[in-house]
Amino acid sequence: MTLLHTVNKSPFESMSFDTCLGYAKDGSTVLLIEDGVYAATTGNSAADKIKNASGVTFAVLGPDLQARGLENKLADGIKVVDYEGFVNLVAEHDSVQSWL
Amino acid sequence: MAVKKFMYVNRKAPYGTIYALESLEVVLIGAAFDQDVSLAFIGDGVYELTKGQKTEAIGQKNFSPTYSALGDYDVNKIYVEKESLEERGLTLDDLQHLVWEDEDEDWAEKDSIRLVSRSELADVMAEQDICLSF
Repeated sequence: MTLLHTVNKSPFESMSFDTCLGYAKDGSTVLLIEDGVYAATTGNSAADKIKNASGVTFAVLGPDLQARGLENKLADGIKVVDYEGFVNLVAEHDSVQSWL
Repeated sequence: MAVKKFMYVNRKAPYGTIYALESLEVVLIGAAFDQDVSLAFIGDGVYELTKGQKTEAIGQKNFSPTYSALGDYDVNKIYVEKESLEERGLTLDDLQHLVWEDEDEDWAEKDSIRLVSRSELADVMAEQDICLSF
C-alpha cells in the first residue's frame, strides 16, 4: 500500500506537517498544498525535516507556491506539480490521507 | 475627536484563510478616520508582504499590490518582526518595497517598513490605545 499524504497548513501555524512526517513511510508521497507550501521553502526548520526524510517523495502544488510569491525559494528535491499532476498522484497511490 | 493609536496585528499567511484580506480591508476603512495607524506583521503574517505573488492559477484575487497603496492613506508605520522573517528563511529582500511620501520634506520618498526585533515590537505594542488582531 502506498499513501499520498496532503498537508494544507503552514508548518509554523499547526502541527499537521510534523504529524504527517511521523506517519509518512518509505515509498509514500507528501504533497504540500495551500498554506502547506511554506514547508517547501528554503532556510527554515521544515526544510531540514524534508531533507532528513529519505525514502519519502515530496511534491508541492505549483499554483499555490506561485500565489504566495515563493517560486524562487523552493527547496531542492521537491517536485512541483500542477492540478493535473495532483490528480495523477492521487491515481498513482492506493489511498489519500489529508492532514487538515 | 481625539486621535488614538491603532495597531493592526497581522499573524496569518495570505490566501489559505481570509484573515489577511479582511485585515487589509479594515485598515483601509480605518484610514479614513485620521487616526495614528500602525501595522505589525509577525509570525506567518510576514508572508502577506512577499513580492511576486501570482494568484491566477488558484482563482483568488491577488490583493498584495494593495499594500503598496497604504502610503497614500498615511499608513506608513509598517513593523515587520525580524525573528519571524528569520524563522521562515526570509529577508527584507523577499518582501515588497513599501514607501510613502513625506509632505513635510517636499514629498521625499521614505521606506514604510521598519524591521524590528520582537522586544522592540512589544514596546511599540504596549504604547497603543487599541490593538486589532488578525
